[in-house]
Amino acid sequence: MTRPAALEARSLCVEIDGARLLHDVDFAAHAGRVHALIGPNGAGKSTLLAALSGDLPAASGEVRLGDAPLAGRSPKALARERAVLTQDHRVSFPFPVREVVAMGRHPWARSPEAELDDAIVDDALAVTDVSHLAHRTVPSLSGGERARVALARVLAQRTPVLMLDEPTAALDLKHQEDVLRLARSHAQRGDTVLVVLHDLNLAAAYADDITLLRGGRVVATGAPAEVLTAERIEAVYGQAVEVLPHPSTGVPLVLPIR
Amino acid sequence: MTRTAEAGTSDAGTNRAPLDSVTAPPSGRVTLRTRRTLLFTGLALGLVVAAVVAAGTGQLAIPPGEVWASILRGLGLSNAPETVPNADSALWNIRFPRVAMAVLIGAALAVAGTVMQAIFANPLAEPGVVGVSSGAALGAASAIVFGWTAAGDLVTAGAAFVAGLLTTLLVYFTSRAGGRTEVVTLLLTGIAINAFAGGALAFLTFLGDSGSREEIVFWQLGSLNGARWQEVAVMLPLIAVAITGALLLGRTLDLFSLGERGARHLGVRVEAVRITSIVLVAVLVCSAVAFAGIIGFVGLIVPHLMRMAIGPAHRPLLIASALGGALLLLLADLAARTLVPMAELPIGMLTSLIGGPFFFWLLLRTRRRSGGWG
Repeated sequence: MTRPAALEARSLCVEIDGARLLHDVDFAAHAGRVHALIGPNGAGKSTLLAALSGDLPAASGEVRLGDAPLAGRSPKALARERAVLTQDHRVSFPFPVREVVAMGRHPWARSPEAELDDAIVDDALAVTDVSHLAHRTVPSLSGGERARVALARVLAQRTPVLMLDEPTAALDLKHQEDVLRLARSHAQRGDTVLVVLHDLNLAAAYADDITLLRGGRVVATGAPAEVLTAERIEAVYGQAVEVLPHPSTGVPLVLPIR
Repeated sequence: MTRTAEAGTSDAGTNRAPLDSVTAPPSGRVTLRTRRTLLFTGLALGLVVAAVVAAGTGQLAIPPGEVWASILRGLGLSNAPETVPNADSALWNIRFPRVAMAVLIGAALAVAGTVMQAIFANPLAEPGVVGVSSGAALGAASAIVFGWTAAGDLVTAGAAFVAGLLTTLLVYFTSRAGGRTEVVTLLLTGIAINAFAGGALAFLTFLGDSGSREEIVFWQLGSLNGARWQEVAVMLPLIAVAITGALLLGRTLDLFSLGERGARHLGVRVEAVRITSIVLVAVLVCSAVAFAGIIGFVGLIVPHLMRMAIGPAHRPLLIASALGGALLLLLADLAARTLVPMAELPIGMLTSLIGGPFFFWLLLRTRRRSGGWG
């Protein structure tokens, strides 16, 4: 891991209304890897994602994207570098699904890439399993369907960095696995995938790296088996757990002690 | 709430898939394009017919043929003599400027409503509902009562414009939270501003002499009575430029329906678009209010009906709203001056009588959809 990070935070502090939400966070995500952000509610996962995407300014420290500072870049330049899936999947007006996904192509309007718009939109609809909804309007969909449409829009942006804030939250079992398989396949193609997850088992199974946050600070970062120890999880979440290696894959399984 | 509610629906979705993909994609697109063309053509034709009929209707009835002949005479394209005595004078001095004003103001208010709904990402935003119109009327009333009008004809319009712009900014910055405007916040902001402007207008009415009082009542009720070419000449460039500006923003406005963060993530300079839109709304609304007073709900009803007909994509929606707003106000003005013989109803009163219940219906529907006061 000596390559420069695709997405990096250095001594990052973030404040909102005088409250410090992130304290001296050092973080690095690398191309070709899925990096999961985990931590209890209020740990600062979404805040870190917002700061890394350029939505929140750094109070001190800096964010670097593609080995250059993020601050000062135009929204359009950023939109060609990174795509962000937020937890808000609403669309205010009854746009058809396909039009919403096509909005993901906006950063590439009037560029040579725009020629591929239709094919890319079709592909994004297909991989997120919403092709059959293409002509429905977004407000008429269920929460899980809306989440997949939002993901399709983000994928249609075709950026080397993907930031996904709880992409599995509204989804059923199969679609949760689908979304993370998709994240993996993007990483295999060389993209940098940052994903906020609540389900520790999903994080253990699909992430190459995990960063555990608590109270706006990094508690641990590294490979799943290093980060997800029973003592640490119990200390951070306040819930006793057992961590067992999966009998066939060896992936850590986190089981609450009930 | 949706997290639990959606379980199982994806299965249903998969079962529906073959049916949808066979029937919807080819026909869906064609019908939308056809629908847009039909709507644009229908509205444009309706507008021409309504303009000719409106111009011919009044105490001096002039048949459509004669209206048309008079237009040709006025443009120097015909020498046919008048068949109705005084037709030319009535048409060119009174009726035509009034028709032109109704068309301009209707288009301006409907486009302003569409733009406002887009940047607030909320279909209930409307210049009258959120108080921009009352703010502008307050500016105009101040100019009347404090005698600033001595400085020139356009001072009243200018005061309406400045006050309207300030009100728009005030509403925008006080009613947003997390990049969106929730229905409740927006409506409560509107109530507060309308209440304050109402009180201030009452105070000005109390201060003013009887002449100013009559003028203030005119602003509050709205009327196209006494429209002059001079006024049309001032409004036309302002409204034309602002509508063009709105059309140029069309695609960007679509992205605001993802919320401000979503728009920014797609490369939109959110702050710049927001300020531009606010200025456009202020120019449109204030041009209208400055010359015709408060005419409410046009900006709410028209975009909504047009959205139901051709969907929410903003560029076609703005064109349809401009045409539809012009047609609606032309018809409303015709009704205002013909419903009661020998008298003029205030047009703002008419649009509110129709718009109020419509707004209520929209409110109930919005509440039902979002499962509460979303």
